Amino acid sequence: MPVSVNEMSVNESSGERPPGERLSGAEKLRPHAEQAFAGELAALAAQDDRPRPARWKLSPWAVATYLLGGTLPDGTVITPKYVGSRRLVEVAVSTLATDRALLLLGVPGTAKTWVSEHLAAAVSGDSTLLVQGTAGTPEEAIRYGWNYARLLAEGPTRDALVPSPVMRAMRDGGTVRVEELTRIPADVQDSLITILSEKTLPIPELGQEVQAVRGFNLIATANDRDRGVNDLSSALRRRFNTVVLPLPGTAEAEVEIVTRRVDQIGRSLDLPPAPGGIEEIRRVVTVFRELRDGLTGDGRTKVKSPSGTLSTAEAISVVTGGLALSAHFGDGVLRAGDVAAGVLGAVVRDPATDRVVWQEYLETVVREREGWQDFYRACREVSA
Amino acid sequence: MRDVEAGGVGGAGGVRGVKGAGGTSGARGGGGASGIDGIGGVDGASRVDGTGGIGEVEGYAGAVGAVPGGPLLLGVRHHGPGSARAVRAALEAARPRAVLIEGPPEADALVPLAADEEMRPPVALLAHAVDEPGRSAFWPLAEFSPEWVALRWALDHDVPARFVDLPAAHSLARRDHEERDGEEAGGGPGERSGAPVPESRVDPLAALARAAGHDDPERWWEDVVEHRGPGDGNALAPFTALEEAMGALRETEEDGADDDRDRVREAYMRLQVRAAQREFGTDVAVVCGAWHVPALRRGVTVAADRALLKGLPRTKVDLTWVPWTHRRLSRSGGYGAGVESPGWYAHLFAAADRPVERWLTRVAGLLRDEDRLVSPGHVIEAARLAGTLAALRGRPLAGLSETTDAVRAVMCDGSDVPLALVRDRLVVGDVLGQVPAGAPAVPLQRDLARTQRGLRLKPEARRRELELDLRKDTDAGRSRLLHRLRLLGVDWGEPAASRGSTGTFRETWRLRWEPELSVRVAEAGVWGTTVLAAATARAEADAVTVGGLAEVTALAERCLLAGLPDALAPVMRILADRAALDTDVGHLAQALPALVRSLRYGDVRGTGTRALAEVAAGLAERVFVGLPSACVALDADAAEEMRGHVDTVHGAVGLLGDASLPGRGGLRSRWQEVLRTLCARDAVPGVVRGRAVRLLLDDGALAPDEAARFMGLALSRGAPPADAAAWIEGFVGGGSGGGMLLLHDERLLALVDAWLTGVTAEAFTDVLPLLRRTFAAYEPGVRRGLGELVRRGPEARGSVTATGSGTPGFAPGLDVERADAVLPVVRLLLGLATDGAEGDGAQGDNAEGDGAQAGNAEGDGRSRTGRDGNELTEVGA
Repeated sequence: MPVSVNEMSVNESSGERPPGERLSGAEKLRPHAEQAFAGELAALAAQDDRPRPARWKLSPWAVATYLLGGTLPDGTVITPKYVGSRRLVEVAVSTLATDRALLLLGVPGTAKTWVSEHLAAAVSGDSTLLVQGTAGTPEEAIRYGWNYARLLAEGPTRDALVPSPVMRAMRDGGTVRVEELTRIPADVQDSLITILSEKTLPIPELGQEVQAVRGFNLIATANDRDRGVNDLSSALRRRFNTVVLPLPGTAEAEVEIVTRRVDQIGRSLDLPPAPGGIEEIRRVVTVFRELRDGLTGDGRTKVKSPSGTLSTAEAISVVTGGLALSAHFGDGVLRAGDVAAGVLGAVVRDPATDRVVWQEYLETVVREREGWQDFYRACREVSA
Repeated sequence: MRDVEAGGVGGAGGVRGVKGAGGTSGARGGGGASGIDGIGGVDGASRVDGTGGIGEVEGYAGAVGAVPGGPLLLGVRHHGPGSARAVRAALEAARPRAVLIEGPPEADALVPLAADEEMRPPVALLAHAVDEPGRSAFWPLAEFSPEWVALRWALDHDVPARFVDLPAAHSLARRDHEERDGEEAGGGPGERSGAPVPESRVDPLAALARAAGHDDPERWWEDVVEHRGPGDGNALAPFTALEEAMGALRETEEDGADDDRDRVREAYMRLQVRAAQREFGTDVAVVCGAWHVPALRRGVTVAADRALLKGLPRTKVDLTWVPWTHRRLSRSGGYGAGVESPGWYAHLFAAADRPVERWLTRVAGLLRDEDRLVSPGHVIEAARLAGTLAALRGRPLAGLSETTDAVRAVMCDGSDVPLALVRDRLVVGDVLGQVPAGAPAVPLQRDLARTQRGLRLKPEARRRELELDLRKDTDAGRSRLLHRLRLLGVDWGEPAASRGSTGTFRETWRLRWEPELSVRVAEAGVWGTTVLAAATARAEADAVTVGGLAEVTALAERCLLAGLPDALAPVMRILADRAALDTDVGHLAQALPALVRSLRYGDVRGTGTRALAEVAAGLAERVFVGLPSACVALDADAAEEMRGHVDTVHGAVGLLGDASLPGRGGLRSRWQEVLRTLCARDAVPGVVRGRAVRLLLDDGALAPDEAARFMGLALSRGAPPADAAAWIEGFVGGGSGGGMLLLHDERLLALVDAWLTGVTAEAFTDVLPLLRRTFAAYEPGVRRGLGELVRRGPEARGSVTATGSGTPGFAPGLDVERADAVLPVVRLLLGLATDGAEGDGAQGDNAEGDGAQAGNAEGDGRSRTGRDGNELTEVGA
């Protein structure tokens, strides 16, 4: 669930269309970045007089501007796609410019996918070369597969080969994206090693190879704090430059993101807007941030951090759950009691250690806090 | 690769064109290097067709201003490696006959020491008022400081070097209220943006950077001066361009608030420059903060300058060299110079070429030493990334921020954790300076001598004992001094056990002044100029480095004893942080008693202990939360240890009391809740459960019936015999007066008796050692009484007090008259005198304080005191 500046628009009817029917861009649930921001990309390209690496649609400087926003000399306003540290975007763009693969790390809700899509769109003008990483991603998705009908009919030929997005990107000098790299089984991950270091993909069946042309690059995204993931081997890791996308920098920014997303989800679930919501959202975000950072908001007291990630995405689901509780079983006003159980569930992932962490936090931080008495009581109730 | 093209052509006066190939940074800038001409009437004085280095030109126009044939004014940024390089090149080219440096002129006599073999920067010139060592100023100099470079150049070339700033005698006398005189040295335009800006002056560097369209003055300076990138719109020949820029800045500033202090300093510098020119001819070079250059250039009459300097207060000062560290340079404020990356600067200054590549290689080496996998491939990729980043950001050369970003992305997997190590070891660095033995004494020694005189405590080589009565001011001062010295590692006095009273207000010391203690004092000089300041700084530093929670608590106690209120706050903060992150309840429990003791002791000494109380209460809270879950799944030894923790916490909570902390009330009641949880939980080992019941019973928080019920549960058939025996041990064992309890409450004794008789033969041998340990600790009289009770059997026991025949020492009934006779004495002991109770309150406090101070008795002793006190109070009331 990327936290993005542009949220997707929900188009309810599109789901019912028969498959195969061609849809125009506007009717799609969500257009690709290069379609949605075609105007901006064109304006940038027109005014970009800085040197561009081979097959790049824009210069690195213009790519950074596309992501971070700005105003061009002719007055075209480029909307910011990523609100965050300029430094990170610069490192990411520079990495791609040095034809190193880029690994975007972060907990859920830090806009990894969003950033990778826009980078691909700005650099190669095409964000559709995509490998979806799952536990079942086969090696064919990274190397190549076969059209078995042709294979049987014609024997192994280049025509019978079904190229993967990676192979296509190598051939055309484009940017390929690998989503959720750490979910891909380790042996499949490792097929990327040679591609990234030697920039070549051998096809032993044909005695051929595909050599990457200049401009080929790879952006991978991964979540490093989830459990049950396949850690990258150090050999693969070495081939990436890593950029860790941080959680929102300030509490206000995070409250803003949570509020907006909760609002959208609430509407789609037909939940009535609850008064008093913003106060509880602020509290949930504060609790999450403090436990995550191991430090209270005023910077004066350290607290232990629980084992869970406590990402912004989790804060959103806690608040949404609370809204549903208050709408269906409460008086329609979002109260501390509605979110307390959700917070407890998000914080206490490991019943032994996290519970102590949580109680210590309750007793040493929450209890003393001005105006948090109801929250404290509600949490005590559900914790007991 | 230094190449000099001295030449003076054109212009009204002498023009020096310097082409200083500082060799900064290798090939990167090579391509577009363009010559930078000296400006202001210089005609082709210098030109570089730079292939080798980066913009290696500092055109210097000596004749810009109104002073014909004026001195060579080298405006620098303090601690800027680029400036240092430029200064060296300029001096090489101009070969002045004297070098004048911004610094206290009293240090002129110390200049030759800089050439000493044993002198190794970073060092600092330290000036302090003779009669008040606490008032001091520092001029830190690192290898890459332009001032140091100028000093060494002068010494190497047998050219006289002078310091020309306002004498420390004036500056120390004038600024009574300003603490951070060390800032003064960095107060020029080169002052780092991180350092606090003097009140009346805007940061000139920031103003220039803003004018150039940069938001970060630091980076602007690096780009324009330190990296001296060619082809950059901002790149101007450093000295001249800077002088012009400063001139422009100061023009606007002149109408506003001109800093009075600066005006005086500059007047003095002008006079000194004139004097030097009379002595050595016009050919002198001045190395000073760029900010001052326009002022030195300005034509002001001697009379006007003299007038400004008239009537300045002065004080007697002493100067010396002291060793410095990179860490200190990097601290902004205090004694620091606010240089955030001294290690990086030193590297820039020392690296022959390709500074980025060399730096990344060093980083890789460091990370490898820490067992991180870093290959040469990583270094290559990091260097490429840094270069690309610099290009993307429009910088002439990768600076520290680009290299750091590259290291993070390539070598550290995007994590900041290894990066912190790089920052600590390399960017700041571990460099420690050294000063020759011949340097004058440090002010700490003077302060110590002065304090010793004041307290009439002479250092003597022979061993002697010193009894101190802390109620007397002099003795309290002596105690504080000795405690402070101990914190500094100067073990002049050793605390000894008092022979007579163990009161809080008495201390016994064994004194002996060994000759090597003088060396220790000199070493301790790096911490500060007075014993108080040094001990405070040392305690703060120790708090960061000591290992466990208990050590920090002990340190807090020592801070209290040494009377270091300023150190206490940081120590407490660290203690609170450590406590928050410590997951071992045992550690927390061990730390608590010392803290509570400090708290009470602090009260006795009248020290502010609010922070201490907060931390103690916080610590107690954490123990409360963690204790129940820490008490499960323990083996016998761990359970025994945990019982000890429960006891110490109980004692500490009792002492901490509820009154000590408004707003944090109810500690005691919450502790009782925790104990209740403990007694009721089967997973908690018997010895802890038994102890919890006993503590509650003693506090009156548990009715005797309830206690009997718990005991019944613990000793019922279902419970394993070993666990039951442990419960008994916890309940009545270990010198806690348990025997008397059994003696008096026959129900409890009956329960024990019934259980014991029901234990099977095999189990009996198992529980016997434990029971033996429990009962063997009782006093003989108690043991005999118990034995008699048991011998009499359960039937007779019910009427033990009624028959009056049995228990030795007890009458059948209560003799009210005799009991009344005891009451007055009890009241007196407890400070509960019938009337005028207020006055005796203090005495009561003292009595309790004594208990707290009793040292070895520790928690047990005190908790008993407290408890007995309570019971007696009830009797009395």
